[in-house]
Amino acid sequence: MKNKITQFAGFAMITACMIMTLLFLASIIYMIFSKGLPAISWEFITAVPRNGMTAGGVAPAIIGTFYLTAGAILFALPLGLACAIYLNEYSPKGVIVNIIRMSINNLAGVPSVVFGLFGLSVFVKFFGFGVSILSGSLTLGILILPAIISASQESLMAVPHSLREASLALGATQWQTIRKAVLPAAIPGIMTGVILSIGRAAGETAPILFTAATFYKRGFPNSLLSEVMALPYHIYALMTEGTKPDLQTPIAYGCALLLLVIVLLVSAAAIFLRNKYREA
Amino acid sequence: MYSFKERAIKILFTAMAFASLFFLLGIIFVLFRESLPIISEINIFKFLFGKHWYPTYDPAEFGILPLILASLWVTAGAMVVGVPLGLGTALYINELASPKQKHILKPLAEILAGIPSIVYGFFGMLVVAPMVQKIFNLPTGLSAFTASVVLGIMAIPTIASISEDALSFVPKSFKEASYALGANRWQTLIKVTIPAAASGISTSIILGMSRVVGETMTVLMVSGGAAVIPTSFFNPVRPMTSTIAAEMGEAAVGSTHYHALFAIGLALFLITLVFNAAAEAISRKYRIKLGMDR
Repeated sequence: MKNKITQFAGFAMITACMIMTLLFLASIIYMIFSKGLPAISWEFITAVPRNGMTAGGVAPAIIGTFYLTAGAILFALPLGLACAIYLNEYSPKGVIVNIIRMSINNLAGVPSVVFGLFGLSVFVKFFGFGVSILSGSLTLGILILPAIISASQESLMAVPHSLREASLALGATQWQTIRKAVLPAAIPGIMTGVILSIGRAAGETAPILFTAATFYKRGFPNSLLSEVMALPYHIYALMTEGTKPDLQTPIAYGCALLLLVIVLLVSAAAIFLRNKYREA
Repeated sequence: MYSFKERAIKILFTAMAFASLFFLLGIIFVLFRESLPIISEINIFKFLFGKHWYPTYDPAEFGILPLILASLWVTAGAMVVGVPLGLGTALYINELASPKQKHILKPLAEILAGIPSIVYGFFGMLVVAPMVQKIFNLPTGLSAFTASVVLGIMAIPTIASISEDALSFVPKSFKEASYALGANRWQTLIKVTIPAAASGISTSIILGMSRVVGETMTVLMVSGGAAVIPTSFFNPVRPMTSTIAAEMGEAAVGSTHYHALFAIGLALFLITLVFNAAAEAISRKYRIKLGMDR
């Protein structure tokens, strides 16, 4: 009898934890949606800010986030994919592979603000790119590199060995085997990793704080070397700078909603894609 | 003919595979290089254990003890919130959830792990902080307590998903043996499943801590930003990450302040390195213990 009571109490506690977690997360999402929706309009998405950031739209910030994210993926995808192919297809097991694995794991654990410091010192100052789309994209690219490598490696690992052996037995070289047999089978998994990284790169703020972002820029960015507005940074700036918090907060809610919708849609798409692919 | 191409491709991939090592070493090099001036200028002990962070005073003082303590307080507080909730969620998904619930809850946890930290910070600033201020009747809601609560919520998905993986790796035979001895589900969970998954669970907690220590935007927005040695959870504090983020914009390049901020970055990097190494070591041991070493 006593055992039954402790079991009931224990399970009740676990369930309570679960419900608390869901409540927290539901309240965050509800709050952002309920207060953000009124701010959203056609003008909000397509116009530039007016009256010192207190009216108008946030189109430059949306475009800026798009550029930064696209740049990060363009930089990290080839590197990450090559690294995954090396580790999974070419690597002879040994010290070098272990060192590379270790460096990937450690890079994944570096705090995002430290990436910002690195980008500031190397891209902004040393290479002289300045505070720009280029500096920000490269910094974000390094940040998402470990995630792209792991996702690519995982999906390469899932490709059955028989596929490689069949291709090699037909006389194909190793590169031909990778390109024609292994990669096509691994692409859905790799895509999932890339999409998840898009969500990550779009939402990061700390790495672009000193490398790319600016609160206000007249018009749209016109070169790789111009500084940009970005959605996550715009939220921060609206909350901490400027003189009219009562006018700025609703805009910040709108930005938070846009960012949340982008990130949630992107990661939901990635997870859906992966689950579908796993079942197939 | 193609053997040349084959070799060229292999060499190219090998070179590109070193990218992450290259970047990691680059980060270490840059942090050391940019921190060196401060270490030669003021004593390293004075830097690490100095009690005053007055970077813009004349004469300036660069003691980061208040910032380190603030980071540790906030991280410890976040774990008090995040560990029970994360672990409880993992246990629910593993033990009580029906397959259908599992099918929804696991991807949900993953999606929620992807919510950007700026959104949590925003939520903390506009919802949690005013609530804390009202409930505890404080002059400001921006405090170590608020930061701990928000960071704790942020750590839940990390802790829950890695712990759940660890729990589901426990061989079914362990549980069945326990049931066969007459133990009920709760006893089996507490006495068999959790101990068997203990290393995986500790890994999840360490990784959660590592994430919290390095979290920047949230603490920047909700911790209040007072660079004093914390004395109460309800006072504003200024953790290491938010100091870097808040002050880098106003520090002149090459000034002592600039180098001091890089030195904080170095200290932060070393702390997370230790956390990650510990997590790695534990999870390796755990794979061997369950006979899953690969």
